Amino acid sequence: MTLELQKPRPIWQIMFSTHHTDVGLLYLITSLTFLFLGGSLALGIRAELFYPGSQIIADSMTFNRIFTVHGTTLIFLFIIPFASAVGNYYVPIMVRYRDMAYPKLNAIAFWMIPPAGVLIWLGFADFTWYATPPYSIISAPGPAADMWIFGLKILGISSVLGALNFVVTILKCKHPDMSIGQIPLMAWAFLSSSLIIIVAIPTFAAALLMLLTDRLGVSGFFNPAMGGDPIAYAHLFWFTFHPEVYVLVIPAIGMMYEIIPRFSRKPIYSYNSGVFAFVMLSIVGFSSWAHHMYATGMSFTEKTVFMVGTLAAVPASAMHVFNFVATMWNGRIRFATPMMWAVGGIALFFSAGAGGVVNSAMPLDFTTHDTYWVVGHFHLFVMGTIAFGSIGYLYYMFPYVTGRMYNETWGKVHFVLSFIGTILVFFTQHVLGLYGMPRRIYDYPPIPEWIAMNQIATVGAMIIGISMVIFLANMIHSSGKGKPADTDDPFGLGGKYYYPFEAKNPSH
Amino acid sequence: MSGHSNWPEWIYVAVVIALMTWVGAEAWEAERLVEHVPADAKTIIVTGQQWFWTFEHEDGTKEIGELHVEVGKAYKFEIVSTDVNHSFNIHDYVVLIDAIPGRVNTVWFAPDKVGEHDIQCREYCGLIHYNMRGTLYVTEPLS
Repeated sequence: MTLELQKPRPIWQIMFSTHHTDVGLLYLITSLTFLFLGGSLALGIRAELFYPGSQIIADSMTFNRIFTVHGTTLIFLFIIPFASAVGNYYVPIMVRYRDMAYPKLNAIAFWMIPPAGVLIWLGFADFTWYATPPYSIISAPGPAADMWIFGLKILGISSVLGALNFVVTILKCKHPDMSIGQIPLMAWAFLSSSLIIIVAIPTFAAALLMLLTDRLGVSGFFNPAMGGDPIAYAHLFWFTFHPEVYVLVIPAIGMMYEIIPRFSRKPIYSYNSGVFAFVMLSIVGFSSWAHHMYATGMSFTEKTVFMVGTLAAVPASAMHVFNFVATMWNGRIRFATPMMWAVGGIALFFSAGAGGVVNSAMPLDFTTHDTYWVVGHFHLFVMGTIAFGSIGYLYYMFPYVTGRMYNETWGKVHFVLSFIGTILVFFTQHVLGLYGMPRRIYDYPPIPEWIAMNQIATVGAMIIGISMVIFLANMIHSSGKGKPADTDDPFGLGGKYYYPFEAKNPSH
Repeated sequence: MSGHSNWPEWIYVAVVIALMTWVGAEAWEAERLVEHVPADAKTIIVTGQQWFWTFEHEDGTKEIGELHVEVGKAYKFEIVSTDVNHSFNIHDYVVLIDAIPGRVNTVWFAPDKVGEHDIQCREYCGLIHYNMRGTLYVTEPLS
């Protein structure tokens, strides 16, 4: 299998191309750029919180802007474009089609991302990634806030266009000899997450417009001073962004479904339960949005309904974990770098899910809500599960894209450091939350437990930072000077575990 | 697709569903109990604004940034906001509810020991959110 780019080509040929591997490469480079940009902001946050008082960030406004742009960048400009990169490379091959269904639309969806990223970074808004009104309407300084709103608007359209393309490619362009029950689980993952995007995103798109007109003062949808209701925004926002959690995590689980059986040298334990769990998650994901809002003063009945809806998603997630463990059971496992990332990601996925049960149980939520527990909890998903699955997959596809092998030792060092760092940062943050430290604070009182745990978390973050420098060096060095890879079997697993199909770029 | 029998997975899923049902039932029962406000609870009106808390007791006395209550009595907080969203939090007593302009949210507690506890804002509210703090003093009954 090859995925192009093995022969050098002028950069404009790639930039103006509509071929799925070229668009995939553009997505890949963009998403990794934003991974490093957003990650460095995280290091700034952690350095500031190392000790009470002002450390390296001059004032709280700058701090608030930094964590807002950190979250927005890594969710919308790293995780989602990275999934699109993998989908662009692999989905057409998996359904045995020559390209995405609509190649020009595909390129347009990508080219909406850089301007949106520029808007978000030049604006540097301060109202958190949740942009909660009435703060975002009456208090947040413009034009940063407005640039953020336009940036998100563009990203939403880009996501919907990309999702439509994946759905049509999978359902309409798959090879006539293949039934839908024969496409790989990763293609099922992209089908499920794309369908969620199409259903979920328009709600937030509408809310963003209402937020903008509220800021302009011509409407008062969410402004209590004009008779509006901020809780309405919370519902619209979470109706999009709870399902969005599954949009982010499902492709990463799909990537693990590619890696785990291959490096265990065994077929997947149960294809059907994998499909079932993806479909279940994408339906049940819509029944739990208001579990983010228990503390807004919801009635007992509402809280009960959304608790049940949240707990209902647990069995489907647990089925994936079971499927992975059962696949590895008795397998001839080869712990190459991609496999280490995937297995580490599953362990952290399990931990994140277990913590999530605590959040959703009504009385316990009042202990954890809006504390560092929640920060630790969702970072175990976005970093521990999604970034781990994604980075593992990046190592996995590296030889197919570049024709060269990354440095295996440094790949493993990268994993070990990141794994230790992730546990130090985010497990500690769970405990810190139980001690009551609120999220999104620039400074904190000198409570000894808070100081100790913040320092552990900062050390962990610096370890992750070091591992990411190693990662960057390894990728840059190996793509130019790495050992040439055997693109039929780069990981020495034996041939029958790979796809026989190749990407064929006519302009290559 | 796979030819083998899948019973271990179904047993596992059944166990997970049973566990979640148990967690849900326990949570439902606990929440039902803690939401039941005692009839003799005294009302304290809590106002959140950028970036401090104001407390108004039933007898009309007001406090800013500090709240004095008596041990062994139940208090019901009625929480409002005059500008943006805040979240009223006494972490040691698991008191947490958002202060949202245009709404009155209620939560109650009954301090059981004399002491001092932190009051803080747990919902992002802007520039000085990090220092929107206060102190709860639980004292012996005066009379």
